[in-house]
Amino acid sequence: MSFDAHRCPNGHVTYPGHTRCPECGEEQTETVDLAERTGTVVTWTTSQATPPGVREPNHLAIVEFSVEGESVRALGQLTTANGVEIGSEVEPVYEEELRDPEAGIREPDSQEWDGYRFEPV
Amino acid sequence: MDRVAIIGASMTAFGDRDAWVRELLAEAGDAALRDAGVDGDDLDHLYVSNMASGEFEGQTGVPNALAHDLGALGAYTQRVDQTSASGGAGIYAAWQSVASGASEMTLLVGGEKMTHKTTSEATDVIASLTHPVEYKHGATLPGFAGLAARKYLDEYDAPRESLGKVAVKNHRNGVDNPHAQFRKEVDLETVLNSPIIADPLRLYDFCPITDGSAALLFCPESVAEEYADDYVVVSGIGGATDTHVVHEREDPTTMQGVVESSEVAYEMADRGPEDVDLAELHDMFTILEFLQSEDLGFFEKGEGWQAVEDGVTDRDGDLPINTSGGLKSKGHPLGASGVAQAYELYVQLLGEAGDRQVEGSVGLACNVGGFDNCVTTTILEQP
Ligand SMILES: [Zn+2]
Repeated sequence: MSFDAHRCPNGHVTYPGHTRCPECGEEQTETVDLAERTGTVVTWTTSQATPPGVREPNHLAIVEFSVEGESVRALGQLTTANGVEIGSEVEPVYEEELRDPEAGIREPDSQEWDGYRFEPV
Repeated sequence: MDRVAIIGASMTAFGDRDAWVRELLAEAGDAALRDAGVDGDDLDHLYVSNMASGEFEGQTGVPNALAHDLGALGAYTQRVDQTSASGGAGIYAAWQSVASGASEMTLLVGGEKMTHKTTSEATDVIASLTHPVEYKHGATLPGFAGLAARKYLDEYDAPRESLGKVAVKNHRNGVDNPHAQFRKEVDLETVLNSPIIADPLRLYDFCPITDGSAALLFCPESVAEEYADDYVVVSGIGGATDTHVVHEREDPTTMQGVVESSEVAYEMADRGPEDVDLAELHDMFTILEFLQSEDLGFFEKGEGWQAVEDGVTDRDGDLPINTSGGLKSKGHPLGASGVAQAYELYVQLLGEAGDRQVEGSVGLACNVGGFDNCVTTTILEQP
């Protein structure tokens, strides 16, 4: 398993990937694994009113990684909100099932349900 | 060039309604036709703004149903789904139909039926607009609001109380709107002590779940006086999109779709933010009123909260915002909301807003889908 960001020939990095690079329009040709990197919390929240199949409370953060000078961000669940502030350092932790695929409105087979939570370092 | 006029408008009571979407749409559509004395079979085009009638109640094909119920058989019909901005996108479609010459009489009806679902289920229907990498983490629109609000308060040293004052103001305005879901004042203490929904935002920072419908009737300005003594014109309109994936935005506190759609609308109307007398903003969450009032150019970035603190956006202030009560107190039936914003401007510009009447000849409505994912800004003026 990996936490893949996508890179175009001009060095722009995005998570998730897109058919064309949103920055320059070229095809994204490489992946960069973020799983072993440390990121910084841009902002975070604790959601107390969550949709079917989602843990409650649900701590969420937008986290910024630096890949060779290019910034790339990802939204993800936090393992805990304890001690988390804007600017906190976090690292990705793999989770097999982030929410119950059967409980929500989206067709379970239409997407993946595993991914990475963020753990304060 | 012949401008596009709005010669009739209506909105139903917003709130917890027994009626289903087909009936809500017919109620508002019928009332707008009556407002201008126009028959269903006079309609060339009929647009329905609706996000999710299939998901909410298993009813699809609503424009056809409405055409039949209004006696508008033969009219060209189309459903407009732009999530929460379906209403604004419907105004764009209706404006385009008349401006292009394709239609000489266009009815737009926006509506949604939601309250039969639990809050959790309704939140999930709306969250289904998110990218799979967001959806799998349980991201919701209220969650995005919490993320943006924390960043905003931190970045611009705004007090938490200032968000609460948006709710207090819009509830106050809603008291005088007979169509509003909530017609009850709230005090700041109640807002600040209400349960946390998406930290730092609390219950009273969020709009409710609502059933309702609203409608607008459009024709060329050159023939408007044949139907109505008083009418308003669409002097500017623009639509723009922002990223689908919300975290990919450079600045979480800037709504680029609002910036770009309003630039187009201002240019078309030959107006600037300083010309706007009153505005209806998409306050699905209190923080959105700050962000839009800045990104529309009313206030400098990071100073929208100060304007609310100073009373600038109160009904008796220099720039009244959400005289209708906003989504916050009027309610937010997704597809209806953008249409109902224009309804408020229409009655204000015609001087028919009763106890909530303000002075002004230029009104602006900003309708936001997703979390700025798609936006329509409309400027309405007295002729
Ligand atoms: Zn690129």
